Amino acid sequence: MGDFTSAIAAAVRLIVSLDRDLAQIVALSLQVSLSAVLLATIIGLPLGGAIALVPFPGRGAAAALMNALMGLPPVVVGLVLYLLLSRSGPLGVLGLLFTPLAMIIAQCLLVIPIIAALTRQVVLDLHQEYDEQLRSLGTGIWRTILTLLWDGRFRLFTSVLAGFGRAIAEVGTVLIVGGNIDHYTRVMTTTIALETSKGNIPLALGLGIILIALSLGINIAAMAVRNVSHRRYG
Amino acid sequence: MSVTAATVEPAPAGLTAGPAPGDARRPALLPLTVRGLRLEAGGKTLIHDIDFTLQAGPKTIILGPNGAGKSLLLRLCHGLIAQTGGQIDWAGRSPEAARRDQAMVFQRPVLLRRSAAGNIAFALSVKGIARRQRPALVKEALARAGLSALADRSARVLSGGEQQRLALARAAILEPQILLLDEPTSNLDPAATAAVEQLIAAIHAAGTKVIMTTHDLGQARRLADEVLFLHHGRLLEHTAAERFFRQPESSEASAFMQGKLLW
Repeated sequence: MGDFTSAIAAAVRLIVSLDRDLAQIVALSLQVSLSAVLLATIIGLPLGGAIALVPFPGRGAAAALMNALMGLPPVVVGLVLYLLLSRSGPLGVLGLLFTPLAMIIAQCLLVIPIIAALTRQVVLDLHQEYDEQLRSLGTGIWRTILTLLWDGRFRLFTSVLAGFGRAIAEVGTVLIVGGNIDHYTRVMTTTIALETSKGNIPLALGLGIILIALSLGINIAAMAVRNVSHRRYG
Repeated sequence: MSVTAATVEPAPAGLTAGPAPGDARRPALLPLTVRGLRLEAGGKTLIHDIDFTLQAGPKTIILGPNGAGKSLLLRLCHGLIAQTGGQIDWAGRSPEAARRDQAMVFQRPVLLRRSAAGNIAFALSVKGIARRQRPALVKEALARAGLSALADRSARVLSGGEQQRLALARAAILEPQILLLDEPTSNLDPAATAAVEQLIAAIHAAGTKVIMTTHDLGQARRLADEVLFLHHGRLLEHTAAERFFRQPESSEASAFMQGKLLW
């Protein structure tokens, strides 16, 4: 028990003193995950909206696939991406393996299904209510999707937060395609895994505390958004 | 007035002397000619071979008990659902093609999650009105509906009556030739109903053809110039209002007017 408390104390000291290594790792984590989620949002919102409303052959299958991919095992995504990006792989010439960009792509792939699947649900729900009115006004299909995305903005924001939650907390993919290189591709989760096995508990614990604080913060933000939207728009 | 359905009486000449519909730039949508209209779904016939012709001018009330098929008839005419038989012809145009010169207001107003003003601006934008022209039109629409003070309020938190007035204002500012209303006051209290009916009368007076469904006999008496009486998906009468309320032809309409329950 004494070990645990002294480790926590050391961890808190690291956080409070803004330890350079720790700050760098946190900054890279945020940079990678925020970029990945931004990219996934840009792709996932129209994708989810299109799967919801644009008629095309195989739409049902696409929706089912989206839902299945929400539970995609990160390690497998990492493995596939590793094979694609490795020097002998089809995308090897890009030289992306073991770079932050590779980690962004990896997390993006994990988050797109979450955002697209939830977007599809939001758009379908709103469409039930709005369909006749929008057709009466003469809104075209893309304008309709845009309108529904805008009207679902609060719920969509929550799904983006959920996506961020998955991205920032995920280990397997970034470990494989990032390589956990010190000062270059080391993020919170991979550092925790490494430092724990090395016995450097304070750094691991300090990062763990930050991770938990982040996910708590995300949940509080999601709740706040729900409350605001409920008050303003019923 | 040329009405060909068997149950239909020619309307008195005075009825057609209503305000001129639409403006000259757009081809007129009237008369509306409906022939042999049928709608079947799930093995049931919901609309049975309906025939009627509507002319420009009089406010048309589609009257009947709940489940008579009034809303379906309105949606068919607006092209929101497809018939399984028969024709709907808006002076040569299909319901889908005619829709752009029409507006519809629903029983439960469908308002976007934006401000009252934003809802009207959205409709104007969909209709291709230039951005710089919109603010003035939004203002005018809100003023006509008595909603100027609520312009920036979120539309979804307005009262039921205010929401329906907003939906009407949004429909009217588009200057449709035809305004279709589906039981617009059935969820409203008397005061809100009066305000909505006043707006409808004003829109009619400005030259828009009003076609409205209701199951409320009092409302039909207040608003109707001509009545289409529907029961079980059949058109039982199409008569000038004055005549319909004095002496209905069908026993169902008589029973309905005597306050008997029809189903």
